[in-house]
Amino acid sequence: MTSGGIRRSFTAWATLALALFGGVAHANPSPYQLNMERGASTWSQVPYHLNNISLGVCVVIGILVFGAMFIAMFRFRKSRGAVAEKWSHNTMLEVVWTTIPVIILVVLAYLATGGLTSWADTTGSQMTVKVTGYQWKWRYDYVEYLGKPLDKVGFMSKLDTQSDQTRQLGSGMDPYAVKEGDENTYLLNVDKPLVVPVDTKIRFVITGADVIHSWWVPALGWKLDAIPGIINAAWTNIQTPGTYRGQCAELCGQDHGFMPIVVVAKSKADFAKWLAEQQAQSAAPAASPAATPAAASTAAAPASAQVAAAPAAAKQG
Amino acid sequence: MSHAATHDQHDDHHGAPKSFFQRWFMSTNHKDIGTLYLIFALVMFFIGGSFAMLIRAELFKPGLQVMQPYFFNQLTTMHALVMIFGAIMPAFVGLGNWMIPLMVGAPDMALPRMNNLSFWILPFAFTLLLSTLFMAGGGPAGGWTMYPPLSLQSDSLAYVVFAVHLMGISSIMGAINIIATILNMRAPGMELLKMPVFVWSWLITAFLLIAVMPVLAGAVTMLLTDKYFGTNFFNPGGGGDPVLYQHIFWFFGHPEVYIMILPAFGIISEIIPTFARKPIFGYKAMVFAIASIAFLSFIVWAHHMFAVGLPLGAEIFFMYATMLIAVPTGVKVFNWVSTMWGGSMTFETPMLFAIAFVILFTIGGFSGLMLALVPADFQYHDTYFVVAHFHYVLVTGALFAIIAATYYWLPKWSGRMYSEFWAKMHFWNSVIWVNVLFFPQHFLGLAGMPRRIPDYNVAFANFNMISSIGGFLFGASQLIFLGVLIHGVWFSRKKATDRVWEGAKGLEWTVPSPAPHHTFDVPPVIHDDELAHGHVND
Repeated sequence: MTSGGIRRSFTAWATLALALFGGVAHANPSPYQLNMERGASTWSQVPYHLNNISLGVCVVIGILVFGAMFIAMFRFRKSRGAVAEKWSHNTMLEVVWTTIPVIILVVLAYLATGGLTSWADTTGSQMTVKVTGYQWKWRYDYVEYLGKPLDKVGFMSKLDTQSDQTRQLGSGMDPYAVKEGDENTYLLNVDKPLVVPVDTKIRFVITGADVIHSWWVPALGWKLDAIPGIINAAWTNIQTPGTYRGQCAELCGQDHGFMPIVVVAKSKADFAKWLAEQQAQSAAPAASPAATPAAASTAAAPASAQVAAAPAAAKQG
Repeated sequence: MSHAATHDQHDDHHGAPKSFFQRWFMSTNHKDIGTLYLIFALVMFFIGGSFAMLIRAELFKPGLQVMQPYFFNQLTTMHALVMIFGAIMPAFVGLGNWMIPLMVGAPDMALPRMNNLSFWILPFAFTLLLSTLFMAGGGPAGGWTMYPPLSLQSDSLAYVVFAVHLMGISSIMGAINIIATILNMRAPGMELLKMPVFVWSWLITAFLLIAVMPVLAGAVTMLLTDKYFGTNFFNPGGGGDPVLYQHIFWFFGHPEVYIMILPAFGIISEIIPTFARKPIFGYKAMVFAIASIAFLSFIVWAHHMFAVGLPLGAEIFFMYATMLIAVPTGVKVFNWVSTMWGGSMTFETPMLFAIAFVILFTIGGFSGLMLALVPADFQYHDTYFVVAHFHYVLVTGALFAIIAATYYWLPKWSGRMYSEFWAKMHFWNSVIWVNVLFFPQHFLGLAGMPRRIPDYNVAFANFNMISSIGGFLFGASQLIFLGVLIHGVWFSRKKATDRVWEGAKGLEWTVPSPAPHHTFDVPPVIHDDELAHGHVND
């Protein structure tokens, strides 16, 4: 192992210890991460708790069942002189081990149904963002904020250049060197992130332009497919400002692994400032040479645009 | 009546045809065709396994080292298709072919010529499928589920669709044959509720196959016409719906999952009583549990689709229905443990694999229960958590059961005892490395690594490397299996007795080892105490 490797694994163990005992809410994946993250939105603790509770139930049942098995394997060995008994029934026992699982399942179903119902309720949102999946990038269009329609703010968001160069076969570049600050962002960074305000119920309308993608930021607690011809809706309400990273979660072709999602949550004031800048930029496209081709196409893509859905005869490598 | 039909076709009741071509290519003998199925499955197991080794090599560390992403996608797609349709399913059909007539006292399968056809379709189907890897456009790369619109972008779609049609025809014919055999050819006195659990599990599985393989054929045919004949079943631009495909596919796909596990339940229910020297606990409950799981498999398909944006009511229904499966599955596990309780156990290799099956399949069941909870599934869906889940039920579930069955019945097939030492080497290596391979994938999924990606952030590096090392060693361990098989079929000097295992019960152990080319020309007289289950007063 190289000294870099040793250093890395030391850092990894330190992070692990922190993740297990420090109680720090990790928004992004960390080395040796063992469990789901708690997330950063008002809803994201629902899957987190459900995960922990169901895992706990499984561990207890597992200990009982496997424990009984190992006791049986030890006690009833022929080599210890065990003689086989003849019974093959016990109605009482069978009734018990059919009933108890049913009771456990009812409890789990109750918890899951509550969480699911709150997830499905997208009413009362204060902001709407349209998300469109493309092979192999995302497009974000800001549809409405605090009751006011927006139609000039929208852009493409694709893998950052450093990750993209590093990930080429035989690039000879080190994925560990792709960093933003202290954080390794290899394959988890984009050229232009989605910026949203905290403490705001944001409604996402999600669709696909060519094939099916799936928009997933683990810190928000859910993923939802981006399907051509269909508009799906979900919501989030992020509590803490920060940068939350995710990836496309539905196989969508050769670069499926290379279309990350980055959500930057800002305070409401910072977000208002950012939004004003974006609107100013798109109002005077000639004055902003830095505008990407995607930004240039914003005007031609109204938020309510129907998705052109003919499957593209995409090039395949 | 059905006996007479098979009798007249064989003039020679004493041995197999002398010519190699006649014996293996024109065979109508259930044992020879069973052997062909098993050899075919073994070949496919190593081909599909080599794809898995390449996948794990690319995932060994972050960055692309070995292949382009598109080829990676071809490998994941082909690995699944080959393992599901080429290895697991034919292996179970092979075991059914060999053992069902022996277990119910029938001279052969009910439809011997169709049996030959249903096997010989398969090599052609897989030649067609695998040949796409050598074509200019490459093999299918849209995942084994072939979701449109992505799958419609593939140049090899037509090859894959025709290959799937052929596999489907083969499976349907195999299923018809098994149902006809079990319902018509049982020896007098072999009542339905005296049949071994393995025969029961195959009877139920065969009905599942007949019910859902045509559905798959329909789904892929619609893909074909969408791509080449201008239809718009799944094209929203023409009024179609991509999600329709997923509903049709998973209406096939979920019963398919149980097609791959119910015969495994049957096998384990044969092996554990033999080595515990105690009758199976709750025979009728076992049969009823298999039937319930089969029924439930038809009403849970959309749990594969929780993230497509189903209506709330649908998500709740499919969640509840899916959770219900835990009840009959739990009954089966409890009954296996109770069978062991109070027994007189020895731990030959088939028993070791059966015990590993019960523990590891149950772990796969636990993660299945967690996946059923929709809000949690929003996080788990399409991550390595799912990959870990279905490999626990398919590798340590279905595959371990097939390996257990192979060790259990191999002495009956070949007349020789395999090397217990090397078989145990195979077991311990398999059971250790398979866990090193798949257990860390739970963590990867929980930490947020999507499935079907060729490269990943460095946060996922440690567990991926551990998983790859486990994968390489698990793969290498299967070479021990190959060695044990070759030795146990041709070279072992230790002859098997007719009974083979001290606690073995059932008709298959009343014929000589190796089983003669033709058995039960005259239906056996059934003595209830000879049967594995018949003497049990339920």
